[in-house]
Amino acid sequence: MELLSGADMIARFLQDEGVEYIYGYPGGAALHIYDALFRQDKVKHILVRHEQAATHAADGYARTTGKPGTVLVTSGPGATNAVTGIATAYMDSIPMVVLCGQVASHLIGEDAFQETDIVGVTRPIVKHSFAIRHPSEIPGVLKKAYYLASTGRPGPVVVDIPKDMTAPTERYEYVYPKKVKMRSYNPVTRGHTGQIKKAVELMLKAKRPVFYTGGGVVLDKASDGLTDLVQTLGFPITTTLMGIGSYPQSDKQSLGWLGMHGSYESNMAMHHTDLIIAIGARFDDRVTNNVSKFCPTAKIIHVDIDPSSVSKTVRADVPIVGPASSVINEMISLVQGKKITSPDALADWWQQIEGWREERLGKLYEPSRSGEVLKPQEVIEALCAVTRGEAYVATDVGQHQMFAAQYYKFDKPNRFVTSGGLGTMGFGFPAAMGIKQTYPDDDVICVTGEGSFQMMMQELSTCKQYGIGVKIINLNNASLGMVRQWQDLNYKSRHAQSYMESLPDFHLLTQAYGFTAITVSTLDELAPALERVFADKHELVFLDVKVDPFEHVYPMHVPLGSMRDMLLSKTERT
Amino acid sequence: MRHIISILMENEPGALSRVVGLFAQRNFNIETLNVAPTEDGSLSRLTVTTVGDDRVVEQITKHLNKLIDVVKLVDLTEGNHVERELMLVKVRAQGAARDEVKRTADVFRAQIVDVTPGLYTVQITGDATKLDAFVQAMAPVGILEVARTGVSGIARGDKVLTL
Repeated sequence: MELLSGADMIARFLQDEGVEYIYGYPGGAALHIYDALFRQDKVKHILVRHEQAATHAADGYARTTGKPGTVLVTSGPGATNAVTGIATAYMDSIPMVVLCGQVASHLIGEDAFQETDIVGVTRPIVKHSFAIRHPSEIPGVLKKAYYLASTGRPGPVVVDIPKDMTAPTERYEYVYPKKVKMRSYNPVTRGHTGQIKKAVELMLKAKRPVFYTGGGVVLDKASDGLTDLVQTLGFPITTTLMGIGSYPQSDKQSLGWLGMHGSYESNMAMHHTDLIIAIGARFDDRVTNNVSKFCPTAKIIHVDIDPSSVSKTVRADVPIVGPASSVINEMISLVQGKKITSPDALADWWQQIEGWREERLGKLYEPSRSGEVLKPQEVIEALCAVTRGEAYVATDVGQHQMFAAQYYKFDKPNRFVTSGGLGTMGFGFPAAMGIKQTYPDDDVICVTGEGSFQMMMQELSTCKQYGIGVKIINLNNASLGMVRQWQDLNYKSRHAQSYMESLPDFHLLTQAYGFTAITVSTLDELAPALERVFADKHELVFLDVKVDPFEHVYPMHVPLGSMRDMLLSKTERT
Repeated sequence: MRHIISILMENEPGALSRVVGLFAQRNFNIETLNVAPTEDGSLSRLTVTTVGDDRVVEQITKHLNKLIDVVKLVDLTEGNHVERELMLVKVRAQGAARDEVKRTADVFRAQIVDVTPGLYTVQITGDATKLDAFVQAMAPVGILEVARTGVSGIARGDKVLTL
């Protein structure tokens, strides 16, 4: 029998759980835990410069490894600073465990120094939360926290730890709980076979089918199965922003991603389809546009692990509650050896889709002319070419995020990392940091804008401390591009607060941390600059790209319209 | 339509706030709410009445089920059920009204549980419509205070909400 203090139990548990990295920031209520971490060397702690960055870095780690990210912060402001990152993870169903220091039990409720009811504050943005009431609970509660965070529909779990629970003087028995059982939590492990059969019958009979798949496929590591199923059937597939890469985008059956700024052909295909096969996607408002006009002729098969996602916004004809991977595998075995009822109809459908594809070919944007300021789209295309489409790309939020999603082609899952649900500016840089640390020999890019970057630019200091060689591509249009675009479209170009008049000199800024910055503004300068950026995998380089501030993201859904109602450029619409 | 949802949940601190928070967060409405531990001390039973169309109620039950602290739940209005609410009413009972209050209480099978020279405190049990009717009947006399428990309910017949 081993007697450990609460703090040592936490450190030991994290080792036993196989946690590689903790992203965090110390403070009074967490000091016993920090001391315990200091006295071990298995779990590596990364000191960020703001707690929000800790959550985003852990999030980037989780999104690319599939394992829960771990965050450690102190009470009060430490914990409240983490809130945006917790909400970001919650909206995108990312597994994360956030350990929060808390004031000592006898002070709780007394408005003590650095006291916040963080369990209360985070209640609507966590999968679950725990407050430790006795040190002996620590191993069991932490095991439950990791179990809840990473199973079923994943999500963040907060554990509130009053300081006296970790006191070094009080020791209790420690045993690593190998198993966990909770009577009130039994995530489904497979879909209903009858429903899956029904779904497959519809799939075989469909004339104009389309797969619509999302983050659930990525989270459940079901990409290979999905690719197999889609290719066996020969159907077109579109993914959500969160599902990017779960089916190879370079394959001809891929229509790209759909929704507000999705590809023309994917939105057209969705509108005209007679069968939507939705897997791990949640019919989000950024996808559906006006739900009352959504896909008028479609029957809907909806596979999701979360029953509350099914028939939430759009009624499913064949609801299937289950994990993407097992449902897909069952579908594959049912489809095997069967023929689709009307191959001619499917051929016609493909012809129609090819027609849509051709309509927009070469018209997506107007490239810059020689010597003119760069278009953001061509920067991303060049970025994709120079990294052969194999980099990890974390983005911030805004126009640059959409351009990165549109013009970087992903053939693998877990490569495009973006705050899809919450749309958190400031997400990209710390997320990229978390990824680069885990994959030091891969190219890890943060595609950002000068607005988003300034929300988390203090993390340059963290990169300096740990030698994290993230490549920062700053699409600098000296304005909050997406806000400006909406103001152009909806507010007669009254650019209220969307213009940034006093940007820092990014050269001096990055130099202050010992890094290199390069500025480019034309196509001729871009190629050599990119070569320099990617010359050394382990060097952080900041590429400040001056881009056309008047550029808009297209296609763009017409508000309150159907899937096919899109603006295609400043002058064209469907 | 009005629904009565009965929930078995872990008798843990914070569990109630998760349920109540969910209703606020998802823009669902709560008409009444009552909660107490069951014969198994580790479980609480919470009964909530809410109004919404089938789609909304489906979402409510799905989201409730998703809460980790919720062990099991049932929408009692889906089948035959017994529904009860307890109300304590303090009414003015002076002069002629004193007898009138007593008579009305008898009609409703209510009991007078406390008496002062000018007041009666009446206890009445029943479904919500009966309690509403009693309040209406007492209104002309002068109601001073009303305390209602909110609806509690249980399925009729062999159906049991248990682990």
